[in-house]
This record gives sequence, C-alpha cells and structure tokens, in this order.
Amino acid sequence: MDFYSGLRKLHQGLISREMTPADLVNFSLEQIKAVDMQVQAFVTVTEEQARVKAEQVRENGAEGILAGIPFALKDNMCTQGVETTCASRSLQGYKPPYSATVVERLERDHGILIGKLNMDEFAMGSSTENSSLCKTHNPWDFERVPGGSSGGPAAAVAAGMVPYALGSDTGGSIRQPAAFCGVVGLKPTYGLVSRYGLVAFASSLDQIGPITNSVEDAAIVLQSIAGPDRRDSTSVQRDVPNYIEGLTGDICGLKIGVAMEYFSPSIDQKVRAAVDSAILQLERLGAEMIKVSLPHTSYALSAYYLLAPAEASSNLARYDGVRYGYRAQDAENLLDMYRQTRSEGFGAEVKRRILIGTYALSSGYYDAYYKRAQQVRTLIAKDFDEAFAKVDVLLSPTTPTTAFRFGEKTEDPLMMYMNDICTIPVNLAGLPAISVPCGLADGLPVGLQLIGRMFDETTLLRTAHAYEQAAGFAPMRPALGVHA
Amino acid sequence: MTEFETVIGLEVHVELGTQTKIFCGCAVEFGAPPNTHVCPVCLGSPGALPVLNEEALKLAIRAALALNCTVRQESKFDRKNYFYPDSPKAYQISQYDEPVGEHGFIEITVQGEKKRIGITRVHLEEDAGKLTHSPYGDASLVDLNRVGIPLIEIVSEPDLRTAEEARLYLEELKSIMQYCAISECKMEEGSLRCDANISLREVGQRELGTKTEIKNMNSFRNVQRGLEYEEQRQKKMLLKNEKIVQQTMRFHEESGATVAMRSKEDAHDYRYFPEPDLPRISLSREYSEERRAEIPELPAERRQRFVEVYGLPLYDAEVLTVTKALADYFDGTASRVRDPKSASNWIMGDLLAHVKANGLEMEQVRVKPEQLAELIGVIEKGTISSKIAKNVLKEMLDSGKDAKVIIEEQGLIQISDEGQLREIALRIIATNKKSVEDFKAGKEKALGALVGQMMKETKGKANPQLVNQIMLALISD
Ligand SMILES: [Zn+2]
Repeated sequence: MDFYSGLRKLHQGLISREMTPADLVNFSLEQIKAVDMQVQAFVTVTEEQARVKAEQVRENGAEGILAGIPFALKDNMCTQGVETTCASRSLQGYKPPYSATVVERLERDHGILIGKLNMDEFAMGSSTENSSLCKTHNPWDFERVPGGSSGGPAAAVAAGMVPYALGSDTGGSIRQPAAFCGVVGLKPTYGLVSRYGLVAFASSLDQIGPITNSVEDAAIVLQSIAGPDRRDSTSVQRDVPNYIEGLTGDICGLKIGVAMEYFSPSIDQKVRAAVDSAILQLERLGAEMIKVSLPHTSYALSAYYLLAPAEASSNLARYDGVRYGYRAQDAENLLDMYRQTRSEGFGAEVKRRILIGTYALSSGYYDAYYKRAQQVRTLIAKDFDEAFAKVDVLLSPTTPTTAFRFGEKTEDPLMMYMNDICTIPVNLAGLPAISVPCGLADGLPVGLQLIGRMFDETTLLRTAHAYEQAAGFAPMRPALGVHA
Repeated sequence: MTEFETVIGLEVHVELGTQTKIFCGCAVEFGAPPNTHVCPVCLGSPGALPVLNEEALKLAIRAALALNCTVRQESKFDRKNYFYPDSPKAYQISQYDEPVGEHGFIEITVQGEKKRIGITRVHLEEDAGKLTHSPYGDASLVDLNRVGIPLIEIVSEPDLRTAEEARLYLEELKSIMQYCAISECKMEEGSLRCDANISLREVGQRELGTKTEIKNMNSFRNVQRGLEYEEQRQKKMLLKNEKIVQQTMRFHEESGATVAMRSKEDAHDYRYFPEPDLPRISLSREYSEERRAEIPELPAERRQRFVEVYGLPLYDAEVLTVTKALADYFDGTASRVRDPKSASNWIMGDLLAHVKANGLEMEQVRVKPEQLAELIGVIEKGTISSKIAKNVLKEMLDSGKDAKVIIEEQGLIQISDEGQLREIALRIIATNKKSVEDFKAGKEKALGALVGQMMKETKGKANPQLVNQIMLALISD
C-alpha cells in the first residue's frame, strides 16, 4: 500500500473490501512513525480519534470517494477540541470550541482526520522556519526547507504520510511549498472555499485549498470543500461544477498566456528550463501559447507587503491573553499584560508584519500606504482581466528557485519575500491557481504554475491534469532526504 | 461684560431592537446572567467570521429615513482598532466614511418656535462588552453579553445652543425611535446613551471655541444638568481669560459636576480600514423605499394633526404624543366620540393616573380605546353623570368590563324622569322645613343642602341639572 497512487485507487480498495478504513489509518500512523521523526511535519497526531472514526466509517458503510481515507490539516484550521496553534506560542494549548467549515465538510464526507501540520507562525513565511513548534524538513533533502507557509502539509503529502492535506494560501503558501516538495497545490478562487474557522492572517487574501499527489486528487478534494457557506459572507453564492468530470485530458485549442513579467532574469536557469519544456509539452497537446503582458506585476510585492500586514495587524490584535492562549505572568497592569503577552507570544516575523501593518494604517500614512496599495491591487486585477480577454489560462514558474537550505534566507526578509513573486499577484486578484510538478532541477522538484479565470477551476484543473498525464512526473516520490 | 454663545453637539448611541446580535445568532436580552449570550463569533474566537443580521440594517435605514437623512446607496463596514478587554477582537466593526445615512435633521420646538437641528450622520456598529469592578478585590470582570448588540450612532451638527435644547432634541429623538419601533430607548438600561460636545464662543464670532466632551450622563435630566454645569465652568474660565483644555469630562451624578477624565484618549489612532470579512452594502432604491413605508406618522406630524383635526390645545397634543402607544390610544378613542377634548380629558386625567400609579405600559391597560369611547358616549347621552362615570371607569380599569355592563349591574342609570324627581323633591322638602325657610329668608346656600340630600337619596344617579331646576322651582313658590 502507498498513498501516492491517488484517492481513486484507495477508494476502490475500500469499496472492494481489499482494505478497511482502519488499515488506511494504521498505514498513515505507521508512516508518521517511520518518517516524521526526520520530516517533522506533524504537530498533533489524533491517533485515538482517527481509529474511532475509522470504525464508525466502516460500520456506516459510507461509500463516498473520500470516505474512510485519512487526511491532515495545516494547524491554522479550527478543529473542535483538538489543539489549533498556528504554530505560535500565543495559541499553545488552544482548543477551539468549533470546527472550520472545511473540516465539517470533509467529515461530512467521512474523511478521517489524522493530525495537524506545521506551518510558519500564523502563515507568515515561505519556509516554515517561522514555526515556534518544530523545524519541518523537505522530504527531498532534509537540509532544505519544505517551503511555506504550508510546509507541513506539503511535506506530509510528499513523504507519503497522508494522501492529502489542506493548506492555506495568502500569497503563495499552498503553491510554493507544493512546488518545493514535488506535489500538487491548488489555491481556489477567493470566495470558493469558506474561510470560516481558518485563523485569519490577511482576510481579503486567505484561501484554503488542497495539497495532493495528483491533479485529480485536488479536484476530488476541492469538490468536497467548495461551495457557499452562510457563515462566511465572502464565500460566493454559486453552484459548484463537477470538477472531476471536467478532467477530460483534452486541451486542444486552449489558449495559454505566457506573461513575460514572470520570467525575469532572477529565475534560476534550471527552473526556467523545466518550465520551458512544460510549455513544449502543452503545445504538443494542442494548446496555443500566446505572449501576454501583466504590466503592474512589479508593484505586486510592495502592495502585498502593505495590505497583508495591515489586515494581519488587526486580525492578530485579539491575541491579548485575556480570553485564551498564552498570557504573560507577573504583569503589573492591563497595558503591561498586553505588552508582555504579545512580546513573548509572537515570533520575530509576526511582530515585523504587525509593525509594518500598524504603520501602514496609521493616520497620516494611510493614504500613502494602505490606500495606494489598494489602488495597485485594482490595477493588478485589471492586468489579469485584460490578459484573460485573450487567453484561457496563464502559465509561469511557481517559484524562482527550487527549495533552499535552512537559514539561507532568514537573515534577509526581502530575499525571503522575493520567493513569492510569481504567486502573490494571483492572491491580489483573487484568482485560482495551481502548482504541478514539472520535473527536477539538480534533483529537486520544480513547480509549474497555472492561473485560471475567476471561478474557472474547471479549465484550470483540466489543463493541469492534461499536462500532468502527458508529462508523467506525478506522482513524484522523494528518496526521503537522501538527495544525490 | 462679554456675552457668550454656547455650542452643543450630541452623539447618541441607540440599541436596535433586534432579536439577535448584529453579526451572530446570539440572543439580545437585557439583564441575562453574564457571558451566557455568547458564541465564537462575538467572543472573537480565532477563525470566526461576522455575518450581517439584515434586520439590523433594515432598522438602521428606517432610523436614518425617519431622521430625514439621505440613505447612501453604497456603504461599507470598517474596523476601528483599539485594545481593551471590552472588545474581544480588539476592534469594533463600525462605519467610518460611508455611513448608512447622512445630512438629516430633527425639528424641535423651543419656546413656541420651531428649530431645525442638523444630523450629520447615522451609522451602524456593534456594541462592546461591559466591564465591572470585581467585588472580590483589585480586578475587573468582563461581561460579553452586550458585545455585538447592534447600535446606531446618531451624530448631530453643533446646532444646539442651550442645555434645554439638548434635552428637547433627545426627547424628540427618543420619540421618533420609539414610534418607528427601532429601539425602546431605555436610558436606564443603556439602550440609549448620549455623549455631548460643548464649547463657548463670543457672540458674533464665527469659529468654534475649544470643546470638551461629556460622558456618563445617564438620564435626560442629567444631560441637561451636565451641560449646564459645563457651560458655567467654561464661562467662568473664559471670563478669567483661562484656556479651555480639549478633554473628556465625566459627569458626576451626586454632585452634578463635570470632572476631567484622564485625557490619554486624545492620542488614540483607531487605524480605521475597510472590514475585509464583510462585503460592501449596495442598496436598491426599492429597498430603501420599503423601509420608508415602514415609518409610521411621526410625533411632530401627529401633534399637528391632533391640534388641527381634533381641535386639541397644543399642551394636550404634546402630552398625548409622547409615545406612539398613547397617541394610538387617543386616536382610537377620539375618533369614536363626539367631543375629542373629552377623550383627551379622560385619558390625560383618570387613565394616565391609573397607568402611572400601577406602573403600566399602555398596552397593559385593560380598557381598550373603543371601551373608553363607549363610556364617553354614555356620558354624552346623559345616561350617567360624569361623577358616576369616574367610578365606572375605575371599575372598568380593574375588571376590563364594558361600561354598559357595569352600569346595568349596578343600576347606575341616571334618573332624568321629571315626575319621579319631583316626587322625591317633595318628600325632601317635607322633611327639611328648616332649609326651605332658610332659603326663603335669603340664604341661597340652603338650596345646595337640599340638592345634596336629593343626590344622596338617589345614590348620585339623579340628573344634577334637572334636580337643581325642579328643587328651585318648588321652593321658590
Ligand atoms: Zn454570538
């Protein structure tokens, strides 16, 4: 047994009674025991709960495609009664009183939660090095980062510990680690998947999505979690199409835009080569490549690093030690308690962004920073609108480089931020995008990013699926740390 | 001596009378045990999201329209960021630059003159929690039941010139809110709260003087007291050429004085920005018009109608329109009787006395308007006297029975039969020779004694006018 061969195969195994949900749970737990000492993707394993659930699913005889199959969650999605920390000291020991909508939906479909996964603290980072809990290693090379902020989910899926996981993506946090770990990562259109129960980082950018071994698996998981939720006013009221049926393999005549702004000289030449060969592959499938321009791309990073921190500074203000989470001891008075609690509860990157965001919203600076950034955001969305008048899908590398070494970029936050240069504009525009493996560069996975029209996950997934089937890279199995 | 003009503007918070909170499904209930009406949303639990209660939006629009505001077709929510234990999210969802309504006014009557007070804006927001000092030592207790109760903030223009005008404005505002069923406006329960800005300037000067803000005035009377005190305080300072410091003052109820609070608040930067968890609000014209259709006749129009249509004195019209329930009651009665003024007299007299004595709401009065109208009709027809009618009404208020039933049961029909009355009169004359002689000797008072005897004999049922006529005729012979 293994988890790489896809959800459909696991489902068939369950339906044909070759295996039981308990077998899958056991296998997942065994894998975790075997490799997570090194990978350190999990921060909580819900073993007992998962075993009970496996029994229940077997007794109920549930037959949905996710029924009886284990999954794991990035630790910023609320799970009732199960610690949810956002990898922050400020939420250590916090057990939410309710479960996120995505969790409810996966459980409705009889999925089995096996545990919670590491991340950059409050999803702020691109390497998972900002976790206050543990250091997650890239299964392809233990000396390297898994990417971030959904480093735990990407590493867990890549290492075969779970068949799929949910991550969250604010500026690339699903796609970048998926690229680094050689798995598929989908960021749906903003508003397609409910954010209720996702601990907010930047509310107008955050979106939950699947991290899987294949595009089909991503479509299957999306099918379960997508759709309107009356508890999230930003979730969009529209019917969810059948994504799985849309995976026809046929992209003949599809117009794919190649935005030159995403192929800057700073892109690693071997990454570029892998993406170039993906372009050839897509052409062989009958797609037409069209050069397009997204002229405001160079402002995206600056706009993002004002807007996301501004929202974060407000979203994270509630961690004051009054009601839950970490509270500093020996404070002299209320103000002192706030100061000490927050100084001790948050790590350096979180504090940096709270400071940037607070500054950007301050009176006298609001117009120059926050408001200007919003205007840039509008222009970036307009760039995409114009491009999508000509093409069906856009293409770029997911990241400028492959996975880097621990500590390589922690000294210089700006270098770290540059990692998200191809993914951030997508969040600013609210579009769907996916990262699929497109080969190796020096033995490390490279990700191809495809960007779709608003709510056109169907075309996006079809394109990614057709490419994946033709290219034959997926699933990529790492040698678990032994990197040639 | 320098003459000063006082300039006052009010900021009023009104709790909207919704069943549930503005962004979650928790019930709104005054006086519930602490922290029992709370959920992940209003507790600010990580990951929870607000969802707008449409009823709150409807009431806010209705309020804005009733205050003659323009309702914005496009508005939005913003976050007002601040750290304090009464705010579990550390921000309040409010409206910053696109309020529901703006540019409205209220008309008040000051010494017989109508005066228009401008309303700058009406915006929708959520209430904060309540902090109380712990009886168990050096700590504060937090009750979050109030967090998320929908509020509207109504900001007036600095158009008020006296503390009395401020009180009149508040009374009118409260009436309008109650008429429109927007809020109960119970200041003692905090469902209406008022802060005031006040400054003085030399008469004729255009620019405003330095203002202070007064908080903690928990009744209309205290608003007037606080403003009067602060007006005098500022005046004394200005006369001594002292500078007014812009600060927040606290009204101290026992002494009636205003006391400076720590003025750290001046440094507050709330870092407002658009609430990303809630979509913008776009209102169609039809939607606003539906809300306008929900507004009943407002107190000012009603007062005018009572004067013009029913011919009431202005004073009566003012008393009878204080609440919608009372005005409805009067309307229901007056429209059924020949003389509306008699309806006014009965309601303002015996009925309101009963309501007050028993601490009732108008809705709880057992006599319905049509029943009161029937009683007045019976008096108008002369079936019973006004004097007996007083007792009948009392009985009606206690039992809820119809006037006619009580009159029947107790045999209270007025005796207006002349023959019958003459017979009784002759009997009384026969047994009261002394009084008759006294009358003939010029003592006019003696007639009163004879009439009194007669009323006593008939248990008050004799028609007093007829008794007078008959008795006078008999003894004048
Ligand atoms: Zn609630």
